[in-house]
Amino acid sequence: MSQINTIAKERILILDGAMGSLIQDYKLEEKDFRGSNFTEWDSPLKGNNDILNITRPDIIEEIHAKYLMAGADIIETNTFSSQSISMADYSLEEYVKEINLSGARLARKVADKFSSKEKPRFVAGAVGPTNRTLSLSPDVNRPEYRSISFDELAGAYQEQVEALILGGVDILIIETIFDTLNAKAALIAVQNAFSNVGKEVPIMVSGTITDASGRTLSGQTTEAFLISLSHMPLLSIGLNCALGAKELRPYLQTLSAKAPFLISAYPNAGLPNAFGEYEQTPEDMARDIEEYIDLGIINIIGGCCGTTPDHIKAFAKLSNGRLPRKIKE
Amino acid sequence: MNLSGLEPLKIGPETNFVNIGERTNVTGSRKFLRLIREGLYEEALDIARDQVEGGAQIIDVNMDEGMLDGSFAMSTFLNFIASEPDISRVPIMIDSSKWEIIIAGLKCVQGKSIVNSISLKSGEKEFLEQAKLIRQFGAAVIVMAFDEEGQADNYIRRIQICERAYKLLVNNANFPPEEIIFDPNIFPVATGMDEHRKNAIDFFEATKWIKKNLPQAKVSGGVSNVSFSFRGNDQVREAMHSCFLYHAIKNGMDMGIVNPSQLIVYDKIDTNLRNHIEDVLFDRREDATERLLTLADSFSGGSSKRKKDESWRKMPITDRIEYSLVNGVDAHIELDAEEARLELGAPLSVIEGPLMSGMNVVGDLFGSGKMFLPQVVKSARVMKKAVAYLEPFFDSEDEVSRKNGKILMATVKGDVHDIGKNIVSVVLQCNNYDVVDLGVMVPPQKILDLSIEHNVDIIGLSGLITPSLDEMVFLASEMKRQGISKPLLIGGATTSRAHTAVKIQPVIDTPVIHVNDASRSVPVVQKLLGTDSVNFSEEIRSDYLKLATQYASRTSKKSFQPLEEARKDRFKLDFSKKPLPPKAFGVFTLNDFPLENLRSSIDWTPFFMAWDLHGRYPRILKDEVVGEQANNLWNDAQKMLDLIIQENWLKADAVYGFFEARQLGDDIEVLDKDKNAHKFLTLRQQTKKKSGLPYMALSDFIDPSGDTIGLFAVSTGHGIDEKIKEFESVQDDYSAIMLKSLADRLAEAFAEHLHFLVRTKFWGYAENEKLSNEELIAEAYQGIRPAPGYPSCPDHLEKDLLFKLLNVEKNIKVTLTEHKAMFPTAAVCGYYFGHPDSRYFGLSKIDKDQLMDYSSRRAIALDEASRWLSPLLG
Repeated sequence: MSQINTIAKERILILDGAMGSLIQDYKLEEKDFRGSNFTEWDSPLKGNNDILNITRPDIIEEIHAKYLMAGADIIETNTFSSQSISMADYSLEEYVKEINLSGARLARKVADKFSSKEKPRFVAGAVGPTNRTLSLSPDVNRPEYRSISFDELAGAYQEQVEALILGGVDILIIETIFDTLNAKAALIAVQNAFSNVGKEVPIMVSGTITDASGRTLSGQTTEAFLISLSHMPLLSIGLNCALGAKELRPYLQTLSAKAPFLISAYPNAGLPNAFGEYEQTPEDMARDIEEYIDLGIINIIGGCCGTTPDHIKAFAKLSNGRLPRKIKE
Repeated sequence: MNLSGLEPLKIGPETNFVNIGERTNVTGSRKFLRLIREGLYEEALDIARDQVEGGAQIIDVNMDEGMLDGSFAMSTFLNFIASEPDISRVPIMIDSSKWEIIIAGLKCVQGKSIVNSISLKSGEKEFLEQAKLIRQFGAAVIVMAFDEEGQADNYIRRIQICERAYKLLVNNANFPPEEIIFDPNIFPVATGMDEHRKNAIDFFEATKWIKKNLPQAKVSGGVSNVSFSFRGNDQVREAMHSCFLYHAIKNGMDMGIVNPSQLIVYDKIDTNLRNHIEDVLFDRREDATERLLTLADSFSGGSSKRKKDESWRKMPITDRIEYSLVNGVDAHIELDAEEARLELGAPLSVIEGPLMSGMNVVGDLFGSGKMFLPQVVKSARVMKKAVAYLEPFFDSEDEVSRKNGKILMATVKGDVHDIGKNIVSVVLQCNNYDVVDLGVMVPPQKILDLSIEHNVDIIGLSGLITPSLDEMVFLASEMKRQGISKPLLIGGATTSRAHTAVKIQPVIDTPVIHVNDASRSVPVVQKLLGTDSVNFSEEIRSDYLKLATQYASRTSKKSFQPLEEARKDRFKLDFSKKPLPPKAFGVFTLNDFPLENLRSSIDWTPFFMAWDLHGRYPRILKDEVVGEQANNLWNDAQKMLDLIIQENWLKADAVYGFFEARQLGDDIEVLDKDKNAHKFLTLRQQTKKKSGLPYMALSDFIDPSGDTIGLFAVSTGHGIDEKIKEFESVQDDYSAIMLKSLADRLAEAFAEHLHFLVRTKFWGYAENEKLSNEELIAEAYQGIRPAPGYPSCPDHLEKDLLFKLLNVEKNIKVTLTEHKAMFPTAAVCGYYFGHPDSRYFGLSKIDKDQLMDYSSRRAIALDEASRWLSPLLG
């Protein structure tokens, strides 16, 4: 059993919060994204947050440090979109390996600085859903059409995951899953990467409930989602993004009742307001999170869109000394 | 074992036998093969849908055919299925003997599926490699009893191979034992070959052994193999499948590949046939096969118990009554009722005894999808006849107690449509509910007062036209205000789950449930009145709440083109192509039009839909699931149509007119014969489109510099009331509903035929048109005839001007209710646009700016405007 598994039996683990909104606060310009390596690059790079692992590592390290300071046990690498499919938007397919390696290494470096025997810190390699779906057609007139094949997607994931493992992550987190078939491709990629690299790490899986229907974008209920991915020995399964902590609760209860794994959740800071902003305060959100703890349905808690180090700090404070959910046998 | 499609499916000791649909298999269904071969995947989807609707909990998909590119066909079909939530909610069984097809399939399903199958055929190494890969995809697996030596064909080989495979999978491939399913080979019996005589017994015993000795493993099989030697004799085959399954399940079989909609109940198999079949299955006699073959001849012909066989008349009286009810035979029911009355001593005992228990059988069969709506309505006719016969014998204090509950049914104020409501009433009565039917155009206060007077348990509301939706909301709010706490059922063509959730539920505290087809009415009512009603109501309420929030967040995202912009991007036609004006403007009538001329113009598909049989005519007549019922219904319809025509039951009248018209913005200005100007108000599409696409309104089809517009109204409803009364007086709901649905079809046919006459003669812009009926139904002609209240012009208020210009009330005696429904209901009215580029379109939603613009054009208050157009508003 891995170290993290042992710790998870004793206490609730804290995951970090949003990366994107913190990067925004730095008000970076095109030249920041280009850094010194990509001054002559043909495509504009502004908005490609993951490239900052290479061009502005100082900023990413600073953000990681803020979350670790706030009390996060696990920080996620800044690699949500770092596979060749998403990077094709910036013609950066050839830099996928480097972006992931840098992302993993710099997170590793900061985490190790904060790590202590009493409170070891972990790095989770973030693997996002890509911008394609294997279960849905982008063309309503051709429902059988798919914009990408299973093998292409699995290949792209494998490249990313191998680099993350080589960069030294402790965990892989396949997250914001809106199409379970994409996640299956990712899991197959992970298994292939394990045997290629010759090293295995625990896997976290986190789905996204699209709206109040309680289903993923590809139409599955929470329980069907769980069943579809339970064939792997996961570290945790959970939900993130799309909904606020309050709205997410019933679906977490479903997972908690049925899953033989740890349960994770990192909701948004409430539902977006009319301008698309997330405005739930750390105190308000912590109140909703406390309900998870009271119900005994949570092992790993963090934040997604709109959450800040202050949110994470509030979660760390309130879960201190509280018991985590017990995995049902 | 847990599986999943969009929804979970759990299989364990506590679950019943799992039906796996077999029809989406190119080796098993010629029809499916043809559709796949011709690339008609969307039609092939109907087969999958029918399987799921027919009760399949998993669907087996097989593309193993020499001429097909199996991997391509598999992934294409599975991708299609993924786009159909009503099919993809169930798990998929990926069925192939070719490994590459299995892999292609696994790459297309997000849920946890079953691979069918792998085996030790090519040795342990390949077997384990395949198992490991299947495990990576998270699928369960079927293992065939097959090894290097060949297929297991006796008991010992079956259990040896299964045991070996089990150990390899569990110990060497780390496969969870509960996800291993064995197929111990179902082989044909009664083949005439001695070595096949123990095939069924061996399967049963192997099943029993596996369940006992290989912990958590499951057993499955392809059931139709067993009856292979009786191909062509569906009745015997179905009976064999049922017998085989009955015993296999007893021995522990967990799931089977079957045609779920063709399984007959073991108890309902003819006893003699069943004995003969079991003699064969258990090899009980030397001559078992010959005896079954001989007996089978007398059962040959159609599927499931449809043989003209009067032997049931020899059964005991209660069985005869049940037979009459289940099979909808009314020929002997009065005689039998009399016999039962004498035997049981009191008329009430007959009703509460054999009649009720017979109807319970009908209810169960219908509830489990083994009977279809038209059959149930026929059963009800038999029931009503029997009760009517017994009534004169009642003592004054006798009261027929309907044990299950009392339901009020009404079509709401301003609406006259009642076919659906009547069907639901009949189905409820069949299930032992007392129905208080208030008829049509029932004012809300009357519904509420009578619900109290009759002390009903549930109120059911029906409506077809859009204003009825508001009527329902109003009634619900009145219920709350007046403190009437009864559950409310909502049904009818324009109603929807979304409307019920978004508009009705918020104004009422009692449960409100949308019930869209008759077959759902019974389970819903049962649950509402059952012991678990609180939970059920809570469940529905929270579902609807979710739906409402979802709806709120969704509609807010809908983006509209501002009306002024949409007007700029109107549909621009080339008016040099506009049709010539007709020979004469003015209003014309056609009275007593011969009905036989309309017969060939009938579009039958909606007729079947009205009876809850879904599928396109004429294909539906050959449909594997509902084909037989569709044929029976069709034959009854033809017989009645003959009588309608010969005996002039209905009167067909039409009025039409041509007017000078011009486009005035979104209005169409029309001049009557005195050159007075009137305006039709049309509505313009506003939901955002790709740039370059037009935002259409009907006015776009009329030339601003002067043009022609036609108007029409037809009716085939006069005369119907007398006939309906006649049927109702003899408790014949079946014929009453049949006549109403035929009258509706005739009205549509008349509208279609009149349009043809207008195009080729009366207006005459398409004199040389020659089209088949199919092309007509497919609307392949020039010009359109949109009707107010339908997608291109959803505004019912337009009917006022149309009625005025054609003087419809005087000319064909059709009137409008306060909510603008036409009475008699078998009527159609609309416009004619003759421009070759005019076409039907759906208006979809409109934005507030257009609503305000409309209310000022119509000169009515904004409130009133939004009430009439409420379905169009976000």
